[in-house]
Amino acid sequence: MFGLTNAGPVFTVVVMRSTWRTLDRGTATDIGLVVVADVVVGLSFGAIATSGGLPLWQPVLMSLIVFAGGAQFAAVGAVLAGGSATAGMVAGLVLNARLLPFGFAVADVLGDRWPTRLVGAHVTTDESVAFALREDDHGRRRAVFWTCGLALFVAWNLAVLAGAALGGALRDTDVLGLDAAFPAVLLALVLPSLTRRTRRAALLGAGLAIAATPVLPPGLPVLVALAGLVLVRREPA
Amino acid sequence: MTLAALLVLAAGTFAFRLVGPLLRDRVTLPGHVESLLGDAATVLLVALVVTSALTQGQAFAGWARPAGVLVAAVLVLRRAPFPVVVIAAAATTAVLRLLGVP
Repeated sequence: MFGLTNAGPVFTVVVMRSTWRTLDRGTATDIGLVVVADVVVGLSFGAIATSGGLPLWQPVLMSLIVFAGGAQFAAVGAVLAGGSATAGMVAGLVLNARLLPFGFAVADVLGDRWPTRLVGAHVTTDESVAFALREDDHGRRRAVFWTCGLALFVAWNLAVLAGAALGGALRDTDVLGLDAAFPAVLLALVLPSLTRRTRRAALLGAGLAIAATPVLPPGLPVLVALAGLVLVRREPA
Repeated sequence: MTLAALLVLAAGTFAFRLVGPLLRDRVTLPGHVESLLGDAATVLLVALVVTSALTQGQAFAGWARPAGVLVAAVLVLRRAPFPVVVIAAAATTAVLRLLGVP
Protein backbone atom coordinates (compact mmCIF):
# COMPACT_ATOMS: atom_id res chain seq x y z
CA MET A 1 0.00 0.00 0.00
CA PHE A 2 2.92 2.30 0.53
CA GLY A 3 5.01 1.66 -2.48
CA LEU A 4 6.55 -1.56 -1.41
CA THR A 5 5.91 -5.04 -0.27
CA ASN A 6 7.19 -4.49 3.16
CA ALA A 7 5.03 -6.11 5.74
CA GLY A 8 7.11 -6.66 8.81
CA PRO A 9 6.43 -4.18 11.55
CA VAL A 10 7.33 -5.66 14.89
CA PHE A 11 5.69 -3.86 17.74
CA THR A 12 2.58 -4.34 19.88
CA VAL A 13 1.32 -7.84 19.67
CA VAL A 14 -2.27 -7.67 18.65
CA VAL A 15 -4.28 -10.83 18.28
CA MET A 16 -7.02 -10.38 15.75
CA ARG A 17 -9.81 -12.75 16.69
CA SER A 18 -11.05 -14.36 13.55
CA THR A 19 -13.90 -16.78 13.28
CA TRP A 20 -12.89 -17.48 9.71
CA ARG A 21 -11.88 -21.12 9.94
CA THR A 22 -9.51 -20.99 6.97
CA LEU A 23 -7.28 -18.40 8.63
CA ASP A 24 -4.84 -19.82 11.11
CA ARG A 25 -3.95 -17.91 14.24
CA GLY A 26 -0.47 -16.89 13.08
CA THR A 27 -1.72 -15.38 9.84
CA ALA A 28 -4.52 -13.55 11.63
CA THR A 29 -1.97 -12.09 14.05
CA ASP A 30 0.26 -10.97 11.20
CA ILE A 31 -2.64 -9.26 9.47
CA GLY A 32 -3.54 -7.56 12.75
CA LEU A 33 0.00 -6.19 13.10
CA VAL A 34 -0.05 -4.78 9.60
CA VAL A 35 -3.42 -3.15 10.25
CA VAL A 36 -2.04 -1.47 13.40
CA ALA A 37 1.00 -0.18 11.47
CA ASP A 38 -1.24 1.20 8.73
CA VAL A 39 -3.46 2.95 11.26
CA VAL A 40 -0.38 4.84 12.48
CA VAL A 41 0.56 5.78 8.91
CA GLY A 42 -3.04 6.79 8.14
CA LEU A 43 -3.18 9.04 11.21
CA SER A 44 0.08 10.71 10.12
CA PHE A 45 -1.16 11.10 6.55
CA GLY A 46 -4.41 12.78 7.60
CA ALA A 47 -2.67 15.04 10.12
CA ILE A 48 0.09 16.09 7.70
CA ALA A 49 -2.43 16.88 4.94
CA THR A 50 -4.76 19.10 6.96
CA SER A 51 -2.07 20.72 9.12
CA GLY A 52 -0.34 21.63 5.86
CA GLY A 53 -3.43 23.55 4.82
CA LEU A 54 -5.49 21.12 2.73
CA PRO A 55 -9.25 21.01 3.43
CA LEU A 56 -10.45 17.94 5.36
CA TRP A 57 -12.34 16.40 2.43
CA GLN A 58 -9.22 16.06 0.28
CA PRO A 59 -7.24 13.48 2.29
CA VAL A 60 -10.49 11.73 3.25
CA LEU A 61 -11.84 11.42 -0.31
CA MET A 62 -8.39 10.52 -1.62
CA SER A 63 -8.09 7.67 0.86
CA LEU A 64 -11.45 6.27 -0.19
CA ILE A 65 -10.98 6.41 -3.96
CA VAL A 66 -7.19 6.10 -4.40
CA PHE A 67 -6.51 3.83 -1.37
CA ALA A 68 -2.75 3.62 -1.85
CA GLY A 69 -0.67 5.12 0.96
CA GLY A 70 2.58 5.78 -0.91
CA ALA A 71 0.84 7.51 -3.79
CA GLN A 72 -1.29 9.54 -1.40
CA PHE A 73 1.79 10.76 0.45
CA ALA A 74 3.53 11.52 -2.85
CA ALA A 75 0.60 13.50 -4.23
CA VAL A 76 -0.04 15.47 -1.03
CA GLY A 77 3.70 15.98 -0.48
CA ALA A 78 4.11 17.50 -3.94
CA VAL A 79 1.20 19.88 -3.37
CA LEU A 80 2.31 20.89 0.15
CA ALA A 81 5.81 21.61 -1.20
CA GLY A 82 4.19 24.20 -3.43
CA GLY A 83 3.99 22.06 -6.55
CA SER A 84 1.13 21.74 -8.99
CA ALA A 85 -1.70 19.24 -8.59
CA THR A 86 -0.63 17.68 -11.89
CA ALA A 87 2.87 16.94 -10.62
CA GLY A 88 1.38 15.29 -7.55
CA MET A 89 -0.96 13.24 -9.72
CA VAL A 90 1.84 12.04 -12.01
CA ALA A 91 4.03 11.03 -9.05
CA GLY A 92 1.10 9.10 -7.60
CA LEU A 93 0.41 7.31 -10.88
CA VAL A 94 4.06 6.29 -11.34
CA LEU A 95 4.05 4.84 -7.83
CA ASN A 96 0.83 2.95 -8.45
CA ALA A 97 1.98 1.46 -11.75
CA ARG A 98 3.50 -1.33 -9.65
CA LEU A 99 -0.05 -2.45 -8.85
CA LEU A 100 -0.32 -3.69 -12.44
CA PRO A 101 1.71 -6.90 -11.89
CA PHE A 102 -0.02 -7.35 -8.50
CA GLY A 103 -3.36 -7.52 -10.31
CA PHE A 104 -2.09 -10.41 -12.41
CA ALA A 105 -0.71 -12.13 -9.32
CA VAL A 106 -4.04 -12.23 -7.46
CA ALA A 107 -6.42 -12.42 -10.43
CA ASP A 108 -7.43 -16.01 -9.60
CA VAL A 109 -8.50 -14.95 -6.11
CA LEU A 110 -10.94 -12.34 -7.40
CA GLY A 111 -13.03 -14.83 -9.37
CA ASP A 112 -15.06 -14.23 -12.51
CA ARG A 113 -18.02 -12.29 -11.15
CA TRP A 114 -17.99 -8.54 -11.75
CA PRO A 115 -18.91 -7.34 -8.23
CA THR A 116 -16.08 -9.28 -6.57
CA ARG A 117 -13.66 -8.36 -9.34
CA LEU A 118 -14.32 -4.64 -8.93
CA VAL A 119 -14.21 -4.64 -5.14
CA GLY A 120 -11.25 -7.02 -5.05
CA ALA A 121 -9.30 -4.88 -7.49
CA HIS A 122 -9.81 -1.83 -5.28
CA VAL A 123 -8.48 -3.58 -2.15
CA THR A 124 -5.41 -4.89 -4.00
CA THR A 125 -2.48 -3.46 -2.02
CA ASP A 126 1.13 -4.44 -1.32
CA GLU A 127 -0.02 -6.03 1.93
CA SER A 128 -3.04 -8.00 0.68
CA VAL A 129 -1.02 -9.33 -2.27
CA ALA A 130 1.94 -10.25 -0.07
CA PHE A 131 -0.32 -12.19 2.30
CA ALA A 132 -2.13 -13.95 -0.57
CA LEU A 133 1.12 -15.03 -2.21
CA ARG A 134 2.27 -16.70 1.01
CA GLU A 135 -0.51 -19.28 0.71
CA ASP A 136 -0.51 -22.26 -1.64
CA ASP A 137 -4.07 -23.45 -1.14
CA HIS A 138 -6.65 -21.56 -3.23
CA GLY A 139 -9.26 -21.32 -0.47
CA ARG A 140 -6.73 -19.95 2.00
CA ARG A 141 -5.37 -17.51 -0.55
CA ARG A 142 -8.83 -16.14 -1.04
CA ALA A 143 -9.59 -15.91 2.67
CA VAL A 144 -6.29 -14.16 3.43
CA PHE A 145 -6.55 -11.72 0.53
CA TRP A 146 -10.08 -10.62 1.37
CA THR A 147 -9.55 -10.43 5.13
CA CYS A 148 -6.42 -8.33 4.77
CA GLY A 149 -7.77 -6.16 1.95
CA LEU A 150 -11.10 -5.31 3.58
CA ALA A 151 -9.64 -4.86 7.09
CA LEU A 152 -7.04 -2.46 5.73
CA PHE A 153 -9.62 -0.50 3.77
CA VAL A 154 -11.77 0.11 6.84
CA ALA A 155 -8.83 0.80 9.18
CA TRP A 156 -7.00 3.06 6.74
CA ASN A 157 -9.98 5.28 6.01
CA LEU A 158 -11.00 5.65 9.66
CA ALA A 159 -7.39 6.47 10.60
CA VAL A 160 -7.05 9.11 7.89
CA LEU A 161 -10.35 10.70 8.94
CA ALA A 162 -9.21 10.86 12.58
CA GLY A 163 -5.76 12.19 11.63
CA ALA A 164 -7.23 14.83 9.32
CA ALA A 165 -9.61 16.00 12.05
CA LEU A 166 -6.72 16.32 14.55
CA GLY A 167 -4.34 17.94 12.04
CA GLY A 168 -6.83 20.67 11.23
CA ALA A 169 -6.71 21.80 14.86
CA LEU A 170 -2.94 22.32 14.80
CA ARG A 171 -1.78 25.86 14.18
CA ASP A 172 1.97 25.92 13.76
CA THR A 173 3.16 22.50 12.63
CA ASP A 174 6.81 23.56 12.24
CA VAL A 175 7.07 23.94 16.01
CA LEU A 176 6.06 20.28 16.37
CA GLY A 177 8.48 19.13 13.68
CA LEU A 178 5.70 17.52 11.65
CA ASP A 179 7.47 18.47 8.43
CA ALA A 180 10.15 15.92 9.39
CA ALA A 181 7.51 13.24 10.00
CA PHE A 182 6.61 13.00 6.31
CA PRO A 183 10.07 12.04 4.99
CA ALA A 184 10.53 9.82 8.08
CA VAL A 185 7.39 7.85 7.25
CA LEU A 186 8.50 7.30 3.67
CA LEU A 187 12.01 6.40 4.77
CA ALA A 188 10.76 3.72 7.15
CA LEU A 189 8.75 2.24 4.31
CA VAL A 190 11.37 2.34 1.56
CA LEU A 191 14.65 1.58 3.34
CA PRO A 192 14.10 -2.15 3.96
CA SER A 193 13.25 -2.71 0.29
CA LEU A 194 16.43 -1.23 -1.18
CA THR A 195 18.51 -3.84 -2.97
CA ARG A 196 22.01 -3.34 -4.38
CA ARG A 197 20.58 -2.70 -7.82
CA THR A 198 17.86 -0.25 -6.78
CA ARG A 199 20.18 1.49 -4.30
CA ARG A 200 22.42 2.87 -7.04
CA ALA A 201 19.52 3.98 -9.20
CA ALA A 202 17.79 5.52 -6.17
CA LEU A 203 20.84 7.48 -4.98
CA LEU A 204 21.57 8.75 -8.49
CA GLY A 205 17.92 9.69 -8.94
CA ALA A 206 17.79 11.50 -5.58
CA GLY A 207 20.95 13.44 -6.52
CA LEU A 208 19.41 14.48 -9.83
CA ALA A 209 16.21 15.55 -8.06
CA ILE A 210 18.14 17.75 -5.61
CA ALA A 211 20.19 19.26 -8.45
CA ALA A 212 16.99 20.05 -10.35
CA THR A 213 15.21 21.63 -7.36
CA PRO A 214 16.48 25.23 -7.80
CA VAL A 215 15.59 25.28 -11.50
CA LEU A 216 12.34 23.31 -11.82
CA PRO A 217 8.93 24.15 -10.34
CA PRO A 218 8.19 22.28 -7.06
CA GLY A 219 6.86 18.76 -7.55
CA LEU A 220 8.75 18.07 -10.77
CA PRO A 221 12.28 17.35 -9.39
CA VAL A 222 11.03 14.09 -7.86
CA LEU A 223 10.00 12.88 -11.31
CA VAL A 224 13.49 13.71 -12.65
CA ALA A 225 14.74 10.97 -10.31
CA LEU A 226 13.32 8.36 -12.66
CA ALA A 227 16.19 9.24 -15.02
CA GLY A 228 18.43 7.53 -12.46
CA LEU A 229 16.60 4.30 -13.21
CA VAL A 230 17.22 4.65 -16.95
CA LEU A 231 20.90 5.54 -16.56
CA VAL A 232 21.70 2.65 -14.22
CA ARG A 233 19.71 0.15 -16.30
CA ARG A 234 21.73 0.89 -19.41
CA GLU A 235 24.89 -0.39 -17.79
CA PRO A 236 25.61 -4.10 -18.07
CA ALA A 237 24.60 -5.89 -14.90
CA MET B 1 -4.79 19.34 -5.10
CA THR B 2 -7.62 19.99 -7.54
CA LEU B 3 -10.61 17.65 -7.68
CA ALA B 4 -9.80 16.83 -11.33
CA ALA B 5 -6.23 15.73 -10.51
CA LEU B 6 -7.56 13.65 -7.62
CA LEU B 7 -10.12 11.91 -9.85
CA VAL B 8 -7.54 11.17 -12.55
CA LEU B 9 -5.20 9.69 -9.93
CA ALA B 10 -8.04 7.53 -8.58
CA ALA B 11 -9.16 6.36 -12.05
CA GLY B 12 -5.60 5.57 -13.16
CA THR B 13 -4.88 3.68 -9.96
CA PHE B 14 -8.05 1.63 -10.31
CA ALA B 15 -7.18 0.84 -13.94
CA PHE B 16 -3.73 -0.44 -12.90
CA ARG B 17 -5.45 -2.71 -10.40
CA LEU B 18 -8.14 -4.02 -12.74
CA VAL B 19 -6.05 -4.85 -15.83
CA GLY B 20 -4.63 -8.06 -14.32
CA PRO B 21 -7.95 -9.61 -13.25
CA LEU B 22 -9.48 -8.77 -16.66
CA LEU B 23 -6.66 -9.99 -18.89
CA ARG B 24 -5.12 -12.85 -16.96
CA ASP B 25 -6.34 -15.52 -19.41
CA ARG B 26 -4.98 -13.74 -22.48
CA VAL B 27 -1.82 -11.92 -21.39
CA THR B 28 1.17 -12.63 -19.17
CA LEU B 29 3.32 -9.73 -18.00
CA PRO B 30 7.03 -10.07 -18.95
CA GLY B 31 9.34 -10.34 -15.94
CA HIS B 32 11.44 -7.31 -16.85
CA VAL B 33 8.37 -5.07 -17.01
CA GLU B 34 7.35 -6.28 -13.57
CA SER B 35 10.76 -5.53 -12.02
CA LEU B 36 11.00 -2.17 -13.81
CA LEU B 37 7.67 -1.03 -12.31
CA GLY B 38 8.83 -2.08 -8.84
CA ASP B 39 12.18 -0.31 -9.21
CA ALA B 40 10.49 2.86 -10.45
CA ALA B 41 8.40 2.98 -7.28
CA THR B 42 11.49 2.58 -5.08
CA VAL B 43 13.48 5.25 -6.93
CA LEU B 44 10.60 7.69 -6.72
CA LEU B 45 10.11 7.11 -2.99
CA VAL B 46 13.79 7.62 -2.19
CA ALA B 47 13.79 10.86 -4.20
CA LEU B 48 10.71 11.97 -2.26
CA VAL B 49 12.46 11.28 1.05
CA VAL B 50 15.57 13.23 0.06
CA THR B 51 13.84 16.22 -1.54
CA SER B 52 11.25 16.57 1.21
CA ALA B 53 13.99 16.29 3.85
CA LEU B 54 16.31 18.89 2.32
CA THR B 55 14.22 21.35 0.34
CA GLN B 56 11.28 23.67 0.83
CA GLY B 57 9.95 25.12 -2.39
CA GLN B 58 13.09 25.75 -4.43
CA ALA B 59 15.42 26.41 -1.49
CA PHE B 60 17.21 24.60 1.36
CA ALA B 61 14.82 23.68 4.16
CA GLY B 62 17.27 24.46 7.01
CA TRP B 63 19.14 22.05 9.28
CA ALA B 64 16.45 21.04 11.78
CA ARG B 65 14.37 19.00 9.36
CA PRO B 66 17.16 16.90 7.76
CA ALA B 67 18.56 16.27 11.25
CA GLY B 68 15.23 14.78 12.30
CA VAL B 69 15.13 12.61 9.17
CA LEU B 70 18.70 11.45 9.85
CA VAL B 71 17.63 10.28 13.32
CA ALA B 72 14.77 8.41 11.64
CA ALA B 73 17.22 6.73 9.24
CA VAL B 74 19.40 5.49 12.10
CA LEU B 75 16.36 4.15 13.94
CA VAL B 76 15.04 2.37 10.84
CA LEU B 77 18.42 0.69 10.32
CA ARG B 78 18.33 -0.40 13.97
CA ARG B 79 14.87 -1.86 13.35
CA ALA B 80 13.05 0.43 15.73
CA PRO B 81 9.24 0.19 15.72
CA PHE B 82 7.49 2.39 13.18
CA PRO B 83 5.78 4.84 15.59
CA VAL B 84 9.10 5.38 17.42
CA VAL B 85 10.79 6.32 14.14
CA VAL B 86 8.18 8.91 13.21
CA ILE B 87 7.87 10.46 16.67
CA ALA B 88 11.66 10.64 17.11
CA ALA B 89 12.05 12.44 13.78
CA ALA B 90 9.43 15.05 14.63
CA ALA B 91 10.72 15.47 18.20
CA THR B 92 14.33 15.96 17.06
CA THR B 93 13.30 18.64 14.59
CA ALA B 94 11.02 20.33 17.11
CA VAL B 95 13.72 20.45 19.83
CA LEU B 96 16.34 21.80 17.41
CA ARG B 97 13.94 24.60 16.39
CA LEU B 98 13.26 25.34 20.05
CA LEU B 99 17.03 25.79 20.45
CA GLY B 100 17.07 28.24 17.58
CA VAL B 101 18.30 26.02 14.74
CA PRO B 102 16.48 27.08 11.53
